[in-house]
Amino acid sequence: MRKLALSDEILLSVEKPARYIGGEINMVVKNPADVAVRFCMCFPDVYEIGMSHLGIQILYDMFNKRDDIYCERVYSPWPDLDRIMRHENIPLFALESQQPVKDFDFLGITLQYEMCYTNILQVLDLSGIALNASERTEHDPFVIGGGPCAYNPEPVADFFDMFYIGEGETVYYELIDKYKEWKLSGNDRTSFLKIAAQVPGIYVPQFYKVLYNKDGTLADFKPVVAEAPDTVIKQVELDLSETYYPEKPLVPYIKVTQDRVVLEIQRGCIRGCRFCQAGMIYRPVRPRSLDFLKKHALSMLKSTGHNEITLSSLSASDYKELPELVHWMVDEFQDKKINIALPSLRIDAFALDVMSKIQDVRKSSLTFAPEAGTQRMRNVINKGLAEEEILNGAREAFKGGWNRVKLYFMLGLPGETYDDIEGIAVLSDKIAREYYNIPKEKRNGRVNIVTSTSIFIPKPFTPFQWASMDTKEEAAKKRDFLLSKVKEQLNARSIKYNCHDEDVSELEGAFARGDRRLCNVIRQAYESGCIYDAWTEYFCYDKWLKAFEDNNIDMEFYTRRERREDELLPWDFIDIGVTKEFMFKEYLNSKAEIVTPDCREKCAGCGAMKFGCGVCVEERSQGN
Amino acid sequence: MKARIKFSKTGSMRFTGHLDVMRYFQKAFLRAGIKTGYSRGFSPHPLMSFTSPLGIGLGSDAEYIDVTLEEADTPSVMTDRLNVVMNDEIRVKLFSFIKDTAKPSMSVLAACDYLIAVKPESTSQFTDREFTKKNLDTFIVQDKIEILKKTKKSEKITDIRENICYISDNMADFQKMTGQNYGKLCINETYLPVLYCQLAAGSVVNIKPELVLEAFCNYSGTEYNPFAYQIHRLEMYAKADKKLIPMSDYDAVLQTGGESYA
Repeated sequence: MRKLALSDEILLSVEKPARYIGGEINMVVKNPADVAVRFCMCFPDVYEIGMSHLGIQILYDMFNKRDDIYCERVYSPWPDLDRIMRHENIPLFALESQQPVKDFDFLGITLQYEMCYTNILQVLDLSGIALNASERTEHDPFVIGGGPCAYNPEPVADFFDMFYIGEGETVYYELIDKYKEWKLSGNDRTSFLKIAAQVPGIYVPQFYKVLYNKDGTLADFKPVVAEAPDTVIKQVELDLSETYYPEKPLVPYIKVTQDRVVLEIQRGCIRGCRFCQAGMIYRPVRPRSLDFLKKHALSMLKSTGHNEITLSSLSASDYKELPELVHWMVDEFQDKKINIALPSLRIDAFALDVMSKIQDVRKSSLTFAPEAGTQRMRNVINKGLAEEEILNGAREAFKGGWNRVKLYFMLGLPGETYDDIEGIAVLSDKIAREYYNIPKEKRNGRVNIVTSTSIFIPKPFTPFQWASMDTKEEAAKKRDFLLSKVKEQLNARSIKYNCHDEDVSELEGAFARGDRRLCNVIRQAYESGCIYDAWTEYFCYDKWLKAFEDNNIDMEFYTRRERREDELLPWDFIDIGVTKEFMFKEYLNSKAEIVTPDCREKCAGCGAMKFGCGVCVEERSQGN
Repeated sequence: MKARIKFSKTGSMRFTGHLDVMRYFQKAFLRAGIKTGYSRGFSPHPLMSFTSPLGIGLGSDAEYIDVTLEEADTPSVMTDRLNVVMNDEIRVKLFSFIKDTAKPSMSVLAACDYLIAVKPESTSQFTDREFTKKNLDTFIVQDKIEILKKTKKSEKITDIRENICYISDNMADFQKMTGQNYGKLCINETYLPVLYCQLAAGSVVNIKPELVLEAFCNYSGTEYNPFAYQIHRLEMYAKADKKLIPMSDYDAVLQTGGESYA
């Protein structure tokens, strides 16, 4: 019988104790004493969120393929258990062996969103690992960060020994091999960090010095040891059909967010929306082969017993063989009662045909993400979705029996006017009118339109990385304006309007483009009790305000300020392939409302071609 | 065709709720490639039902689910096919095919057997066998055993005496009372059994073992600390001709034992 780290009494006094027992189906079991390297993979949020993350499943499988590595998992304990662990001095443990995280060689933390930053400190603290890398000793694991937020690692730089910039499939084995050599050598902690700094894609923040100008902007960012490179190049898996992908993903006992087989059909996106970080950092787009996908779909369904499968990608409609893949799935799985969950597809004849086969039309809804309310504004953000496409898609869908529509927009985009905001309400209403143009006897009750806005946050490595973000007062004003405009529409009663919280967005904006000086703010916020900031019920805005104030840091310096072209940005030392020149050109194009074609239509010369893979070579071979 | 599966639940799986166990079996059937019947409609779900949900933290040697199958093999092959794709802490013990006309086991449930053990590192006066025996002898001959039964809506004092069918401080006597042989149990061996009881169960009267334990603690003048005890279900019964029949045998047409395990 497995020995658990927590007593029965504790497990019975917390919510959902199955979060902490491990032992899931397909969990890898090894004897920790038999391996050379123990790697603990962490998603710093609650179990149900963390277990739904594909990246960890990929790396878990990849690490555990090697006999000399045992990769285990840990997630943030929920506040109820957090209190008990602090009170009773119980060290945080990995789910597999139920042994303390502190005894591992590596603690890998994935950074999926900025609002999880205090949870990183919670995990370190509960593990008994010093919060700042500079305070760590030979007895601590090496703490390594990765994931999308690692593309601007600076606001959390102090807490990490190193960051892995890019896709995990490429240099982790190399890093582990070097670690094994170092461990045998008996040399000190710093000497391993120097070795690691020479592995492509690895960034060791303590080897870099930052100087600031009087106005607070960066004056210089330079390595201080010879081993650390000036520029860290992101890691790219060149061929996604010849790489690691789990055949036996973990199957949790409790219901998690993504309780289904996830098939990543491609990585990257050809679209080039100017607000989208994923669309830039995962360039170039690299599809997986149909054979690879079919083989993995079958093996993962068999090994997990999931009764649902979903496709994952930034823009599924751009996967060239999508119709073939989806028709194969329908043929293969429908009789077996396996549900097919499709991500938001461009709503066209193909999508409607497939959706009517796999969903209950009366219960499902259509999703459009126009992001902006007017064509002018969609040109500014380079969102290639014309109003006609939306209205045509909606009309066809309504004829097919659908009557529910979800619309996603952003407020506060650069150059936005109040006409653009009103456009959101007008577009919502136009869709409703399409519905009521259908003869009454053919309608399926009332139409139900849910219009949601999030607040635009400029992200690093996007053409909008120089842009000013709205203050929360401006955001609130725009929200109220939009609400009043929605109410003026003819079909106002069919439109429901939802909006994001401004306080959280403002903070996220500061972290997204922050620098190292924010580390102290985050540490103080954590020490004053902030955790689970992404969860409304735990978010304490006042504590954050105080932390900024006590450290003499003005949040608006990070959010409000439009950067100059020549400003040294905190993340400029990372090379994602896409050049700063290209992104600035795109920023100017946005101001001129010029649309840039997608990668397949015409290469825009972003710079990602230097990796020599995916769509960049695809076009070449076709002689375009 | 319909089947009734008897399974054990122990170790860390005690901390999963019954809805999770339902999902666990749905997925296990799919991994085992065993086709189950599905409800109709656009989101079909497997036709599967529990006899009686087990509270979080409790262990069991006798949980039951009823399931409709589209295809089947012999009971022993079915047992093996499921156990191969399951973990060590939920195991199929007995696989029975039941009559197509069989009522759902939850509707025929009449009684459950439980073992109550003291966890290691916990203290309980019931580990003193003399103390337990002395109190039990007089506890059970009372005319009334009154407890405060709390529901979401109300609290009321209930007499549970006649719903305690049997109670004993040792396995040998308890087996004689119930006429069962429980075999080797799937319970942590460091737990010290102190009480065994058979309690009325089902939709009309359902007595939780915790209530009996609390009543017995009160009667014995010893403090009731729920965390000191492990409660473990031993069997579930349906009633036919005023006789209790283990659920696995009720309406059964064909069955066999699960694999043996230590």
